[in-house]
Amino acid sequence: MKFTKLTALAVTTALVAPAAFAQEMTIVSWGGAYTKSQKNAYHDPYSEKTGVTIINDDSSNEAVAKLRAMNEAGNVTWDVVDVVASDAIRLCDEGLAMEIDPDTMLAPAPDGTSAADDFGDLLVSDCFIPQIVYSTTFGYRTDLVGDTAPTSVCAVFDTEAYPGKRSLEKRPINNMEWALICDGVAKDDVYDVLATPEGQDQALAKLDTIKDDVIWWSAGADTPQLLADGEVIMGSTYNGRLFSVIEEQKQPVAMLWDAQVFDLDGWIIPAGLSDERKKQALDYIYFATDTQRLADQAKWISYGPARASSAPLVGQHADLGIDMAPHMPTDPENAKNTFLYNYEFWADYRDDIDAKFQAWLAK
Amino acid sequence: MTDTTSDGPMLAADGTPLKKSLARALRLQKMRALMLIAPLLLFVLFSFIIPIFSMLSRSVENNIVADTLPLTVVELQAWDADSGDLPDEPVYAAFVADMVKAIEAKQHTRLGTRLNYEQTGMSSLFRKSGRKIKRMDPATDGPFKEALIDVDKKWGDVDTWRVIKTHSPRYTNGYFLNAVDMRRTPEGAQAQPEDKQILVKLFGRTLIMSLIITGSCILLGYPVAWILANLPMRTANVLMILVLLPFWTSLLVRTSAWKVMLQQQGVINEVLVWLGMVADDARLVMINNQTGTIIAMTHILLPFMILPMYSVMQTINPSYLRAAKSMGATNWTAFWRVYFPLSIPGIGAGSILVFILAIGYYITPEIVGGTKGVFISNRIAYHISSSLNWGLAAALGTILLAVVLILYWAYDKIVGIDNVKLG
Repeated sequence: MKFTKLTALAVTTALVAPAAFAQEMTIVSWGGAYTKSQKNAYHDPYSEKTGVTIINDDSSNEAVAKLRAMNEAGNVTWDVVDVVASDAIRLCDEGLAMEIDPDTMLAPAPDGTSAADDFGDLLVSDCFIPQIVYSTTFGYRTDLVGDTAPTSVCAVFDTEAYPGKRSLEKRPINNMEWALICDGVAKDDVYDVLATPEGQDQALAKLDTIKDDVIWWSAGADTPQLLADGEVIMGSTYNGRLFSVIEEQKQPVAMLWDAQVFDLDGWIIPAGLSDERKKQALDYIYFATDTQRLADQAKWISYGPARASSAPLVGQHADLGIDMAPHMPTDPENAKNTFLYNYEFWADYRDDIDAKFQAWLAK
Repeated sequence: MTDTTSDGPMLAADGTPLKKSLARALRLQKMRALMLIAPLLLFVLFSFIIPIFSMLSRSVENNIVADTLPLTVVELQAWDADSGDLPDEPVYAAFVADMVKAIEAKQHTRLGTRLNYEQTGMSSLFRKSGRKIKRMDPATDGPFKEALIDVDKKWGDVDTWRVIKTHSPRYTNGYFLNAVDMRRTPEGAQAQPEDKQILVKLFGRTLIMSLIITGSCILLGYPVAWILANLPMRTANVLMILVLLPFWTSLLVRTSAWKVMLQQQGVINEVLVWLGMVADDARLVMINNQTGTIIAMTHILLPFMILPMYSVMQTINPSYLRAAKSMGATNWTAFWRVYFPLSIPGIGAGSILVFILAIGYYITPEIVGGTKGVFISNRIAYHISSSLNWGLAAALGTILLAVVLILYWAYDKIVGIDNVKLG
């Protein structure tokens, strides 16, 4: 009798123990310098405060497909996932991400402003908690562009004044908009024009003028590498990557902020987590997206915090000791001419325009 | 002996007919053999066959419309899509009833994504309309026709309903049609507009480039395998390491190394410019095009060609060549008439390996292929991980699998699969 009781006790302990000490979370992000900035600003302070171990998984570029597969298999192994806003919208559409109520689930600003107001327009989806504003913009080789440095995005299309290769992303998004702007379409009309087949042809025709001079990239690290090697004289990529080429690696590269396209990156919590894990994930999100934490991330990477209340707290780079504010895409000096990625438009037109774009590329 | 055969069936020691007893013994043996391979069999079944078939079945499966809008689909049966008139009130009422349920289950945006593959704008139509339809009560708020057109004027567009009706069957050929640059329309299958045709071209390019890569592997691999097979063991082993070393290096590292070698400011171009063979402003373009893909993939797949060739050549007795020469054959005749025919099974095995690996390659073309050197697998990867159009990806995958099987069959007919040897 005593023996059975003991065994029962042992078995129960064995079964209960892992649950009671399930102090582990898997957080998915992009890897590299970006994950490092999150680790320094969010993960480490959170682990210190709560004792939770955080496991990093660098799968964000395949997060949507993987989450869909996990959801179909009924076994979601991720707790919090970092995705770009357009992916968050798709995950929300597909029912793969949990809806977030900013007023109850996110921290208010220090002055009492509600989270919904603090994030403002950046809450582009019901499931999305924005973290940073980044931009896709151009960098150019200061030693290869001649005496007059480019000041306008249309320099990309001007192969006479700036001969040499350029690198552009191998997808229609952003390229189509830039092509139209440089073909004389007013900034406010770009998406109206792009919604018509004629407008799409117009954009492709403009891109056609530089097609032979373009190296198409698919990974964010390509353009920085191509610039450093002198393979291209200018190229588009994420502003944080250019920051690291310019300030950390000291390459002869400069930013061309004109017509930069703002985009957002942030968290989602996958749908279908157990109550306990959901509570844990929400607790992490509440901590990691408060005003101070978002401002802290800018110490390690040049992306702008998504909360209005975080902007004044942005300080200096943790290692280089330079002021980060002038390197933010949102800095007034840089943001004279900007674009906000049109999520609604691209959710609708992505499949159609991508097919045309790829067919044009293969021609 | 003669007694038993004449009296009836041969009996075993325990009196049962020998045939039966033998069958039982054999069955036991077979069972035991099966038990031994059972782990592998189950593993292959669960980790390979079932997932592949469930993935391939997505290429025809289309339950989402009928599951999300069950009442609407039934009502739409009665509507004549070619009449040019909008459906009547019952369709709209059924649609609102379906949508209210779907919105509660958060299925409506998913349906929007599905239909957006067919008609641009469906995604936002379902997302936006969902917010307003949520507040309607299907029992009391009718009639819905006007109300719905008020929510979004696209519900007053015949085309919207035609798309829903065309794609409502539970099984569809739509994905396969898309995979060969066609589309499913109310009037039947039609070609895609010319500016969207790309997939057939990519299939063709994948096949041709895989053949070129296989060919260059044969040309480069054959002499290497010959040298390896004819050198003394000790030297051959050292050289073998040179063949295997790149084989053990990460694929990405090797591909990136080619990038450094081939780009315009790369090693090869720098050397050529330094030697004065190429002008500084006319550097060779060897990457981000088909050349880049062919060079990098030939290098990566070369060991798969050399190893089977080597193991076949090792078994060719050198005295055959000596015999041919002693009977007056020139070096070339001895090689071409004696050695080469004996080495063909190695070429066959290597070619099949390289070709089938090449046809499904994805990461190397993506990195060095630019726009003209990418394969159909790159599109499959795009539809799996970016556009989430898994039905189309599955259809493309099924076609690719079928093409490989057909080629394998043709190979068997022409060369004969018995002629393939791995050693």
